[in-house]
Amino acid sequence: MKIVATYNIKGGVGKTAAAVNLSHLAAAGGQRVLLADLDPQAAATFLFRVRPRVKGGGTALIRGSAGLDKAIKGTDFDGLDLLPADFTFRNLDLILDTTKKPTQRLTRLLRPLRTSYDLVFLDCPPGISLLSEAVLHAADLVLAPIIPTTLSLRTLDQLTGFIGGLDGHRPALLAFCSMIDRRKRLHNEIAERLPTERDDVATTAIPALSMIERMAVQRAPVTAFAPRSAASRCYADLWAEVRARLS
Amino acid sequence: MSVCSHNFAYTDGERPVPAAVREALAPRFSVVPAARARTLRRTWLDTFDWRLHRAGLTLECVSDRGPAELVLSGTAGERITATANGTRWPVLAEGLPSGPLRDRLKGLTSVRALLPAAKAASTVSEFRLCNTDDKTVAWLTVDLLHPSRPSAGDPPAQLRLTAVRGYQAQADRIAQCLAAQPGMFRGVPPPLEAVLATVGHAPGEYSNKVDVELSATMPARMALAAVLLRLLDTLEANVAGTIRDIDTEFLHDLRVSVRRTRTALKLGAALLPDGLAAEYRPRFKWLGDLTTPTRDLDVHLLGFAGAAAELTSADPADLAPFHDYLAHRRATEQRRLARALRSARFSALTTAWRADLAGLTPARRGPDAGHAAAKIIGRAHRRTLTLGGAISAGSPPEMLHDLRKRCKELRYALEFFASLHDLPTHRGAVRELKGLQDCLGTYQDCQVQQEEIRAIAADLFASGVPVAALLAMGDLASHVGQRERRARSEFSSRFTAFASRQAQARFEVLTASAHS
Repeated sequence: MKIVATYNIKGGVGKTAAAVNLSHLAAAGGQRVLLADLDPQAAATFLFRVRPRVKGGGTALIRGSAGLDKAIKGTDFDGLDLLPADFTFRNLDLILDTTKKPTQRLTRLLRPLRTSYDLVFLDCPPGISLLSEAVLHAADLVLAPIIPTTLSLRTLDQLTGFIGGLDGHRPALLAFCSMIDRRKRLHNEIAERLPTERDDVATTAIPALSMIERMAVQRAPVTAFAPRSAASRCYADLWAEVRARLS
Repeated sequence: MSVCSHNFAYTDGERPVPAAVREALAPRFSVVPAARARTLRRTWLDTFDWRLHRAGLTLECVSDRGPAELVLSGTAGERITATANGTRWPVLAEGLPSGPLRDRLKGLTSVRALLPAAKAASTVSEFRLCNTDDKTVAWLTVDLLHPSRPSAGDPPAQLRLTAVRGYQAQADRIAQCLAAQPGMFRGVPPPLEAVLATVGHAPGEYSNKVDVELSATMPARMALAAVLLRLLDTLEANVAGTIRDIDTEFLHDLRVSVRRTRTALKLGAALLPDGLAAEYRPRFKWLGDLTTPTRDLDVHLLGFAGAAAELTSADPADLAPFHDYLAHRRATEQRRLARALRSARFSALTTAWRADLAGLTPARRGPDAGHAAAKIIGRAHRRTLTLGGAISAGSPPEMLHDLRKRCKELRYALEFFASLHDLPTHRGAVRELKGLQDCLGTYQDCQVQQEEIRAIAADLFASGVPVAALLAMGDLASHVGQRERRARSEFSSRFTAFASRQAQARFEVLTASAHS
C-alpha cells in the first residue's frame, strides 16, 4: 500500500481537486483506493456526496476507539472509498498532542488497511502543524500543488526544508504547477521553467479551468463527469507522473 | 469490512423495476439506471450424471459481446474462470483449454463429458439507489432469465441488492421496503435451478441408482414393477447419449439397466403374471448382447494408457497399431449398436415393456414386498455361497465366471430392495460382496483381454504390422496375465471374508429386517 499526501503549507492551491481526480483515476485503473479527507472543510467529502460526519469525531478516530474501518464509506465509483471529514478534525492537532508518539500515530492507524487498499490519498489541510508532521511521516509521496508565483516558490522551498528537517522517514516530494492562469505571463514562465530546474517538480501543470470548478456543481471528479475534457487530460498526465514516482 | 446483500425473486408486475417499488422508496430513495442493460448468453454445463452439481459446483459458459468465458463457481466461494476459446459441447474435461479450470474439472468429471444442462438469455440491468444527496447507497442488479427451451414461462426476475460500504442500514431499509411489495420474495434459487424449473426439471435429478421407495407391506408384484419401471427410465434416459456416443458412460448405464432388468426378471419371475418374464427375458438378452462388443472395447480403450505405461520391455508407442485397431473396431461396433437402438425392434421392446409394467395389478394372494425380498436375497446369497464354496485352487475359470454372475445377481437384488433395509447393514453386506466382485471382475476381464490380444495379434500379423507392435502386445498380454494371476490368488481370501460368520450374520439380519 502506497500513501500519497496532497499537501501544501498554503491553502486554495488545488490539493483537494488533485486528490479527488487522481484517486478516481487510480481506482478506474483497477487499484483499490482510499481517499482520507483530513481537512475539516470537508471539500472532498462534499464532492463525493458523503455526509461529513465520523462517529465519535476526530478524538475517537485518532485514539483508535472508533476504528478507521467502520468510518469508511464507499463512493459511487468502483474501487474508491472515502474516509469522510468531520468538523472536529479542526482539532486534530490538539488530539494528536494527547497521544504517545503523535507523529507516528497516523502511520499506525493506516497500517491495518494494508491488505484492503493499494493506494491511500491523504487530502490535508494547509499549514504546518503536528498533523502535517504525522502526514509526512505516514506518506510515501507528498504531492504539492503550487501556484506559479514568486511567493508560492518561496513556500515550496519552505516545504522542501520542512521535509528535509524531519527525523527518520522522509517522503519523496513531487510538486506540480496548479491553477495556472494562461493569460498571466509570470504563470506561464514559471510553469515552463520550474520543471527544468528542479527534479521534484512534475512536467504536467494543471491550468485554472472552469471545468475543474464545475466539480463542486456536479459533485463528482472531473475525470468522471467530463473524461475527455482538457482538465481530465491534464490530471491523467499528472497521474502518470505520480504513478511513475510511486513505482 | 464486508457488506451484505439481499436477494429477491420477483414474480408479478412490470419489469425490471416496478413502478410500485419506485413509489414505495420515494422520497427518501430514488432508483437511477446505472448503465444500459446487457444481454448475456448463458449455458450451464455438467456431466449427464451431475457430477459438478453433486460436488457443489456450477460451470457456466457466458458470452456477451466479447469472447465466451467459462466460469466455475462453488458453494464455498470457489471461482475459477477461463476463456472458452470456441470449445464445442459436449466435450471431455481434457478437451477444455489448459489451465486451472481444466485441472480442477479433470479428476471430477473423469470419463464423463460436459454437456449443456440448460441454456438461457440473461438480461442484466443495474440501478443505483440514491439518497436525497443523490449519493449511491446501494446497487440493485436485476437479472431477467429467458430459457432457450420452450417453457411454461420465464423464471422469476432475480433481484440482488448490495449495500455500498458504510450504508448498510439504508440498504436494509430498502430491502424491507422491497420485501413488502406484492410478488416479491426473499431469497432466489440459483439461476440454473430457476431455468430448469420452468421445464419441470431440477439439477441432479438423474442417477443410475435404483432409488425407488418401497414398503415391506406393499404387494411384491407392485414393488417389482416399480423397480422395473425405474430401470426402464434409466435405460431410456441413456439411449440418446449412447447413439450420439457422447461418452462411454451412457452405454455403461444403459447396459447396467438391461442387466439389472434381466436379473429382476430372473429372480422375480414368480411374482409377475404367467409368461411375462418368459416373454421379455430373451428380448432383453438380445439388447444386452448388442451392447457387449462396444462395452468390452470401451473397457480396453479406457484402460489402454494405464496398461501401456506398465510395459517393461517395449515402448508404449509401439502399441499404436493395436490402439488404432481397437478404435476402428469400436467405431464399427458403435455404429451397429446405434442402428439397433434406432430400430423398430428396440422401440417396440421399450414401448411394450412400459405398457405391460404400467398395466400390472397386485396378484391375488401374492406375497408382500418384505417377504419376497427376503426370499429372493436369501436364495441368491445361498446360491453364491454354495458355488463359491465349491471353488478350489484347481477349479476351471468357468466356475469363477459363473460365480461372478451369481454375485451380480445378489448385488442387484440387494439394490432393488435397499429401501426396505437398514442402511448400515445394507452397506456392510454390499462392501464384502463388492470386494469379491472386484476380484472376480478383474480375473475375468484379464482373461477376456488376453484372448482378445492374442486374436488381434494374429489379425495384425496377417496384415503385416511392424514386429515391434506384436512384441509390445506380447509384453502387454504378459502384464495382463500377471494381473489375472494376482486376482486368482486373491480369490480365496476375498471369498473367505464374504462367507465369514460375521458377514453371514449381516445377511441374516438383512433378510430378517425385510419382514419388518
